Amino acid sequence: MKVRVLIRPKEGILDPQGQAVERALPALGFEGVESVHVGRLVELEVADPARVSEMCEQLLANPLVEDYEVQVGAQ
Amino acid sequence: MRRFAGVRMRFGVVRFPGSCDEVDALLACRRFADAEILWHRERDLRGVGAVVLPGGFSYGDYLRVGAIARFSPVMEAVTEFARAGGPVLGICNGFQVLCEAGLLPGALLPNTGLRFLCRQVDVRVGNPDTVFTHACARAERLSLPVKHGAGRFYAPDYVLDQMEAGGQIALRYAEGHNPNGSARDAAGVTNEAGNVLGLMPHPEHATDPLTGSTDGGKLFASVEQVENEAPVLV
Repeated sequence: MKVRVLIRPKEGILDPQGQAVERALPALGFEGVESVHVGRLVELEVADPARVSEMCEQLLANPLVEDYEVQVGAQ
Repeated sequence: MRRFAGVRMRFGVVRFPGSCDEVDALLACRRFADAEILWHRERDLRGVGAVVLPGGFSYGDYLRVGAIARFSPVMEAVTEFARAGGPVLGICNGFQVLCEAGLLPGALLPNTGLRFLCRQVDVRVGNPDTVFTHACARAERLSLPVKHGAGRFYAPDYVLDQMEAGGQIALRYAEGHNPNGSARDAAGVTNEAGNVLGLMPHPEHATDPLTGSTDGGKLFASVEQVENEAPVLV
């Protein structure tokens, strides 16, 4: 089963990467952009998708500073 | 310096794939005691009195800094050693590994300025009553180099409050010297028991007058003194 995990900085934690992208876009003429956050995407093929949350807690994300979202059966 | 039964204190410096400061750490340790390299696949710490996790880019910093190294065989032994009260010093990448391994609170995030920083900074000793800092005076200023891209120490406020109350912020960047946006100017933090210290600055690069400062030697000297004053089983 294909699973996609989206990992992003927790709300309230300073995200300088997101800020840098947000500042760069208007320089290219893209106005009206806000709340940019940069995270990671992990794609996996797993036998048991029920265990992906555990994988996130223990390795794929650092739950202290990151939120994760598991999408099962992603295309 | 006291010695018991001819036993000389020995540091073990872990070498992970991607470590790059382990030789400097080894040489820094050898100014004060014996020292040897421990390969990351070893499960036996060979009876060393203290462990150093050096700087570098263990396992290529893949996924997150320090995230993969904590699963290496040697880290099982280091965790057991730390939980039993053995002194463990994590420098830079070693600090990141200790946080990922849960041996220290908090996490290290990319510097607020996003740049890799390489410069000399001043830190102040916040707690001279740890195994790593007792050769220093309270509020003593140490000049140490930093070189990192992800050195912004973060922990939730309530954790930081507990850490401050417990003297766990052993080293702080001096005023105007916080290079990376670390919370509460934390440059080096210990666990609750005080036997594990992680710091972003590099004491091992500040042990020879040739490189401008010998202040870093005080951390290694502190460990050596404490360990040699402890009873040794022969």
